[in-house]
This record gives sequence, C-alpha cells and structure tokens, in this order.
Amino acid sequence: MSAGRPMLEPGALTEPFWAAAARHELVVQKCASCGALRHYPQPMCPDCHGIEYAWQPLSGRGTVYTFTVSHQAFHPAWRDRVPVAIATIELEEGVRMLSDLPAQDVDRVHIEMAVEVFFEDVVTESGRAVTLPRFRSVEDS
Amino acid sequence: MLVADQCAIVGIGNTAYTRGTARSTVELHLEASLRALADAGLTPADVDGVMPSATAGRCAEDFIANLGLRDLAFSSTVHMGGSSFIASVQSACLAITAGVASCVLIPAGRRGYSGERISTGQGPVEPLLNAVREFEAPYGNLVAVQWFAQAAQRHMHLYGTTSEQLGHVAVSARANANLNPQALMHGRPMTLADHQNSRMVSSPFRLFDCSLESDGAGAVVVTSAERARDLAQPPVLIGGVGEGHGYPPTSLTQKPDIASVPSLSAAARRAFTMAGVTVADLQCLLIHEGFTWYVLAALEALGVVGPGEAGPFVADGHITLTGSLPVNPHGGALSEGHVSGINHAIEAVRQLRGSVEPERQIADCHQVAVVNEGNFFDAAVMVLRSRS
Repeated sequence: MSAGRPMLEPGALTEPFWAAAARHELVVQKCASCGALRHYPQPMCPDCHGIEYAWQPLSGRGTVYTFTVSHQAFHPAWRDRVPVAIATIELEEGVRMLSDLPAQDVDRVHIEMAVEVFFEDVVTESGRAVTLPRFRSVEDS
Repeated sequence: MLVADQCAIVGIGNTAYTRGTARSTVELHLEASLRALADAGLTPADVDGVMPSATAGRCAEDFIANLGLRDLAFSSTVHMGGSSFIASVQSACLAITAGVASCVLIPAGRRGYSGERISTGQGPVEPLLNAVREFEAPYGNLVAVQWFAQAAQRHMHLYGTTSEQLGHVAVSARANANLNPQALMHGRPMTLADHQNSRMVSSPFRLFDCSLESDGAGAVVVTSAERARDLAQPPVLIGGVGEGHGYPPTSLTQKPDIASVPSLSAAARRAFTMAGVTVADLQCLLIHEGFTWYVLAALEALGVVGPGEAGPFVADGHITLTGSLPVNPHGGALSEGHVSGINHAIEAVRQLRGSVEPERQIADCHQVAVVNEGNFFDAAVMVLRSRS
C-alpha cells in the first residue's frame, strides 16, 4: 500500500475550503467589496484590498490549462502510481486549481480537455483524513 | 548616488563541482570564500559585509565564527530561491554605495546531490511554498521539474515549440561543458539523439532537460570600483543590476501566462536601464537554467526574440559558442553544475577577464548579462563589464 499524500496542515484561513470539500462542495473566496474570486486563500483582495469575503461555490467544471505526466515518483505516495498526469485546471469561473487526474486520463490528457470535479476521501502522510477535490476528463472513457 | 559602475566584482572562487561529498555545506561555502578572497588579494579581515544564502541554510554567524569576522558591519539574506545570488549582489552594491559596508562576501551553492536534494524531497522549505504544500503537494505537484514542465507544455501548445528545440539547448550546453575541465559533464558528449532517447522525467522534460543536482559552492567579493583598482585582478564592473518578483507569487500554476516570465523582463529592464545598454550590446548571456525551457523563456523575456520565437532561434544555432549570441559558455546548470546560479556569474567574470580556456573564450568579450531564476518566476539580472 502506498504512503499517504503529503499535505501542509490547513490553518484558520484555509480550513473552510477543506470543510466544504468534505461536504462535496468546491468553494473559493469571493471578495465582499468588489466581488472578485480568488484562490489560493489569502486575507486580502489584491484588487480592492477588502478584507471581508464569503466562500463562493463553483460549478466544478473547467478545462486543462496545462499539465505534465510525471514518470518518476517524487514521494513514496506515488511509488505505485506513476506515470501520473498532473494538471492545472482553469475553472469556468476563472480561478485555477491543481489536480492529479485518474489513471484512465494519463494517455488522453491534453490542453483544453474538459474536466469535472469529483471528491475523494484520503488519509494524508500525517494520518489525517481529508476530502480532496480532484478532477477527471468528461470525455467518455 | 547611482549604483551603475560604482561597484565591482574583485574576487571569485569555487569548490570542485561533484556528485557526492563528505563535507558540510558550510565547509563548501568557506572553501569558496577563501578562494574568492585570495583571488582578490584580500583576507577575511577585509570583509565587513556578508550575504548568507537562505537556500543553502546559511546565516551570518557561520562566517563570523569561522572566518573570525570580529567587526561585521552588514549582513542581509535574500529569499528569492535561485535568484537570490544576483539579488544579493544588488544589496551589496546598495550597502557599498551607501557607505554601510566596503567589502561584501557573497557565497552560494549547496549539497544539491548529497544533502539538500530536490528530487528526493530534501530541498529547502520556505514560507513562500506554503500554498503549494497545502493545495498542490497532496496531488503530487511536488518539485520544480513538474512546475516548469507545465510551463514548457503550455509554451509548446501556444507556439509549437518542440522537444528537439529544447534538446538544442541541452546539446549546446554539453558541447561547451566539454571545453570546460571543471564541468561535471566534461568528457561526456551528448547528441540530439541522446537527448531524445533520455528517459522521460515529467513530460515534456526528459532527463537531459534537467539541470544537474550537484554538490558545490562558489563565492564572489564585491567592493567599490575605486577600491577595486588597487586589488589583484582586473575589476569587473557591475554596470547594472535589477530584480523582479513573480506575480502572483503562490505558484507557477496561478500565473496569468505560465509560458512567459514578465518578472524577468522587468528585472532586465531595470538592469539594462541602469547600465545604459540593450541586449545588442552584449557579447554573451549567462542564464541560470533549472531546465532547458528556461533558456527559451529568458531569450523571449530579454527581448532577444519575440514571444514563442526562441525554439527556432536555438535550433538555428544562435546560442552556441560560435552563434550570434552565445549562452552559458561554461555549460550552465545543465552541464557544468547547479550551483544556485553563482557559477554563471563566476564564468561571466572569467570571460571578462579573458581567463577561461581559449577554446571557449568569447571573442572581444567586454560586456555580458547574467540571469538568475528562482522560486515561482522570481528573477534577477546584472550587467557586468570590463570597462565603463
């Protein structure tokens, strides 16, 4: 069995993202002043400098902005999981997230491929249970 | 007081570049530092400023204790990853022109093979990595080869850049390294076919697109140009220097255009304006390149070619020793060694002194630019010249 995935412990700022994922919701910060969406989480809106924000649910649909297929495992968690497709996803709403794609997408991943979110419960390297939002191709497999 | 030509690199030194060492990183830094001071005709007693390297885990006390620096006047550490070296030169110039320090030692490099090795997760961990460690590491986006591979992939998609074009960067670097006895890959020729047959690490990067995880360190000594005239070596003037910070800084994945490096364009604009030069005035470029693709990105960011044009440019041979604009005559991080970008500056100084092996000496080399890249598109540039 592979080792758990490495992950920095969430803090007060980021915990709501992971709590939403546990409810199978994908959310990002939305500035209460100017309405701009932002990710990764940070305390201040870089556009209007507002500090109030809400967590905005997203569609979970997007496209591959870019990707790499890694053939070397850079952590024990991937020892039995290479090659792995790692993709930067551009969501319909304009923010970007990163995800590894399921094994069936390794051979067909390409820039602009349409993807959708799904949620997977994992245990991290430090033994903590977390729900990861991941993405997969919406093409028929 | 303007910085241009007010300061000079008066001493350079380095350890052997190896893959495997029993020595600590601080021992490597101390050896390089003593060599750089001796090269300048100075001793540790002359040093009143030191710029310790964060990526090497160093602090001022390492040098105060071991070099016996009893009256250090200035110390500062830059946190710009592989751009920290040139940014540290900038800080040294500011300290010297402001009268805060007069002789600044800048060591860099680490045990990238035996100690703080990136590919096995032992690289330095700094707060700027926190977003990636929480939001990308759980998905396996762990190391620089994966981050920069995604930039190269997008560049290929936008402009039709090919793996063979990346290969030309690697082959040119290797050819130069074979004229450089201290290069790690000296005596190990590489053809384009070798590049194409090397194993895929993280697409589109093959093994030979990657720089060498190396053990080693270098150091330079910076003083005022005035003082430099009385020292052992012909001074190399710092004509201009500038840094640029990637935006947003959280990760490469968040860049508006991951296939371009505007922070390097900004750093170059600052350095070139300060020096009063354009790229047409340079005989050579020294580009600290974690991966082959960064040379293409740098050629575009510096305005040598337009966006997307660097692939055909390198395939036409322009960056080779006999090309129109030679890049990395020492072999670079790809084939001399990855020494946190300081080895590119050391080569620049040697080229300007005319003291490299004759086979790779650039003709009439009197003005060059050195480029550092680090973290998520942080960049720094300096223009070095043998006369103002």
